[in-house]
Amino acid sequence: MSYSLRQIFNQLRSFFRSERLDREVNQEMASHLEMAVEENLRRGMSAEEAWRQALVRFGGVQQALEQHRESRTLPWVDVLRQDLRFTFRMLRRDFGFTVVAILILALGIGANIAVFSVVNTILLRPLPFRDPQQLVRIVEKDPKAGESSKTYTADATQDFQQQNHSFQSVSGYFAFTGPDNYKLVKSGQPVPVTGLLVAEGFFQTLGVEPSLGRLFRSEEFVQHAQQVALLSYPFWKRRLGADRSIIGKTINLSNSSVVVIGVLPDTFDFGAVFSPGAKVDLFVPYIMDDFRDDGNDLALVGRLKPGVTLAQAQSETDQLFPQFYFVHKHPEYGKGYTGQLTDLKEYVSGKLRRSLIVLWCAVGLILLIVCVNLSNLLLARAAARSKEFAMRRALGAGRGRLVRQLLTESLVLAAAGAVIGLGFGYGILSYLAHQGSIALPLLAMVRVDRSVLEWTVLIAIAAAVLFGAAPGLRMSAGNLQEVLKDSGPGLSEGRKHDRVRSTLVITEIALACVLLVGAGLLLRSFLRVLDIDLGFEASHAAAISVDYDDGGNVAKRTAIWQEVTNRSLMIPGVESAGISDNLPMSRNRSWGIAAKGEQKQDALKFIPIFVYIVSPGYLKAMGMRLIEGRDINWDDVSNNRAVVILNETVARKLWPGQDPIGRTAIAGGADAEVIGVIADVHETDAEDSAGAQMYLPAIKQYGPEGSYLVVRSKLPPASLATSVMHALREINPGQPATEFKPIQSLVDHATSPRRFFVLLVGTFAGLGLLLASLGIYGVISYSVTRQTQEIGIRMALGATQSWVQRDVILRTLRLALIGVAVGIIASLVLARLIASLLFQTAPTDPLTFAGMVVLLGAVALLAAYLPARRASRIDPMIALRTN
Amino acid sequence: MGQSKLDLLQGTLDVMVLQTLEALGSLHGYGIARRIEQVSGNEVLLNQGTIYASLVRLQQRGWIIAKWGTSDNNRKAKFYSITKIGQKQLIKDTAYWQRLAGVMGRVLAMQSEGGEE
Repeated sequence: MSYSLRQIFNQLRSFFRSERLDREVNQEMASHLEMAVEENLRRGMSAEEAWRQALVRFGGVQQALEQHRESRTLPWVDVLRQDLRFTFRMLRRDFGFTVVAILILALGIGANIAVFSVVNTILLRPLPFRDPQQLVRIVEKDPKAGESSKTYTADATQDFQQQNHSFQSVSGYFAFTGPDNYKLVKSGQPVPVTGLLVAEGFFQTLGVEPSLGRLFRSEEFVQHAQQVALLSYPFWKRRLGADRSIIGKTINLSNSSVVVIGVLPDTFDFGAVFSPGAKVDLFVPYIMDDFRDDGNDLALVGRLKPGVTLAQAQSETDQLFPQFYFVHKHPEYGKGYTGQLTDLKEYVSGKLRRSLIVLWCAVGLILLIVCVNLSNLLLARAAARSKEFAMRRALGAGRGRLVRQLLTESLVLAAAGAVIGLGFGYGILSYLAHQGSIALPLLAMVRVDRSVLEWTVLIAIAAAVLFGAAPGLRMSAGNLQEVLKDSGPGLSEGRKHDRVRSTLVITEIALACVLLVGAGLLLRSFLRVLDIDLGFEASHAAAISVDYDDGGNVAKRTAIWQEVTNRSLMIPGVESAGISDNLPMSRNRSWGIAAKGEQKQDALKFIPIFVYIVSPGYLKAMGMRLIEGRDINWDDVSNNRAVVILNETVARKLWPGQDPIGRTAIAGGADAEVIGVIADVHETDAEDSAGAQMYLPAIKQYGPEGSYLVVRSKLPPASLATSVMHALREINPGQPATEFKPIQSLVDHATSPRRFFVLLVGTFAGLGLLLASLGIYGVISYSVTRQTQEIGIRMALGATQSWVQRDVILRTLRLALIGVAVGIIASLVLARLIASLLFQTAPTDPLTFAGMVVLLGAVALLAAYLPARRASRIDPMIALRTN
Repeated sequence: MGQSKLDLLQGTLDVMVLQTLEALGSLHGYGIARRIEQVSGNEVLLNQGTIYASLVRLQQRGWIIAKWGTSDNNRKAKFYSITKIGQKQLIKDTAYWQRLAGVMGRVLAMQSEGGEE
């Protein structure tokens, strides 16, 4: 009978109850012997003989105990127990060392866990949908005009749905939803909520099942059907107290009765996948017939049929899309779309791949530095323990046994570091997951999952082997006679040992150097981005979404807009105020524009252009600069005068070398007089160059899409919020409590991915620098300690304090210089790889490199100064006497 | 002692312990050891101490269980008894040893016949 499971289990269990089992068997054996003695006595033996016989028959108590132990435990477990016990004793004795080592490891491993989770969430893990590899995002091939060129009209969408053979289903969502576009009226103040319109079959295409209730049905996608809504899980939980009975009930959504039909699962986070940083509270049907006459507004997602490749689907798309009319009812609007199919996952996170890999490498470098540092610490300890190990070998311990002992120590350190690191990582991740302001896709879904734990175990073991191997081999390889003989305070031991440690320090400095250069380059890029002239002044302005009901009457709307701006201007501290339907760096839409001139109508070339329907004063409130001409005024609006303000780029394009003021443009299907030109505004992103923009009055021809009141004031937005809300409530008591948001937050959101990477890489570089300085300090300090006598002799022979000090510092600087030289070469090679992540910064940016050299030099000096000072204070008399 | 004793084959002690417990019910370590010695007619080389390794092994396999109790002359001792699984195992082992003994007997008999020819 070999091993059964029960036996293995019992053997493992006995490992933890060893002392008790020993005690029991000892007691048993004692009774055994006593019984044997008694029997022998009864047979008439002398007391002495009775004992002797009993012991002979028993055959050795110690052997019996050993046999007992052997058969009750697995052999390797027992050895492991010995190693562990010894390790804990050693680590407890060197408590300071243990704490420092574990903390350093925890930092390195924690950073790695956090970054791996982010990489895993954004790059590696499949999207949380059914068969996500079949999902495809469809956009125009050359999306120049923001969201409008990533979307399609209702008619084009339907044509594609009906004519394609590659997709199981194609659906989409309304791409121009701003935050807080609905208000939920319960008892009391209306609550702003974000609702997203989704086309028929959207959730079915993604493969999302409701956690409660049901999905939309076909009959809910026709006009005048009963209005229905699906709730997002967080909204249902937070706002409706996870009330299960809400299904089938009616809620008041922006003054219409809407029936709640279901709740989506917790795992479905629309914002995380499709619109980073956005939070969607509920979903309502996108009814095609409501949008027939509108422009592009559906963002399309399709699910490929099984077995259809992306290339096949792409070739079909290339055939179909150019045939589609924009609007069936108006063939004169033209036809001809393009469609670029991209794997949804790739579309969502493909752009981030390079940044994330850089991040991953940076954090890997940190782990390497940590390992080098620990190797160094362990080597210092190894020197102190070399006698112990030589002694153990002399007493018969095999080399393998010693290496195993040392590896056990490394593994215990790494395991402790990993456990604390996991805590760090968990903390960082929970922080990141709740940063809605970081516009990275999927980040909200980041969490510690199984693969993260596996990764943790992997890097902990790898680190243990890496930092434990060098000292382990060194220590077990040493010539034991030499070590045992060498009982005096010899000076000979040093050189070879020192060389290994110096090499490690140089490696460390070089690695830190690479990190610093990377972080420096990214930081320079980030500062350059912050320096960009955005075309508006983000500071000292804030915006709020304004709710009103004009009943579709233009005159009424004009009156409301006028009142809102006038009332805002009356608030003390407000310098200027204005309304726009869209703000820069957030939602955008685009139309077409052309210069009206001598050409015939059909020869006109329309340029896609971003549209902003604004009130008089908006440009001033945003801090946009009028270069020429004038702003829109209320006269234009009340007289329904079609006027337009252009940005420089489009003005130059339409009338090159001519004065655009007073000319006529065909803007949004109407003739409009150009009355002003403003400096270019970065409408989508800080880093992209500005596209074409136009600003139109809210007249009959130009309907706004929502309305944001922008207020400029030197006062902080928080102090204005109440008075602004008060003014809005006076005009419209139904104004929901929407947030009064600083314009700066829009810019911060747009630059957040870069900020995120700079912050992380910068932190790693700082960590690397700290560890490198610890490494330098450790090595120099150790060598000073060992050379105490040598220095003492030199000083006795006339060396001055400053000479001793200089000697130590120069030695350190030599190490640092070699490290920096190696680091610069490595950085020059590696910086090229991150060139595409830089913004207006050369990968060889001399300032960054120079800064890095100065910084590392300063840190090396600092790290050397303390030991140098100590060296110079050595009293030759004392140093020599202790010999 | 003159004649040398039989060395125990691997695994035989475990079977002897099981059979002893099956025949005599609950017994302490010393009792088991003495009983095996008596039954074997003192022909087996048994260091009594080795019985304890065997006992813990059988216990971990779940074939016997132990309980602390008091011996006839008022000593604290662990009393072992066979379990249901132990009994099943004993039946298997008994069959195995009997088959082995039979085969060994036949094989050895054949050899001595062959030697005469």
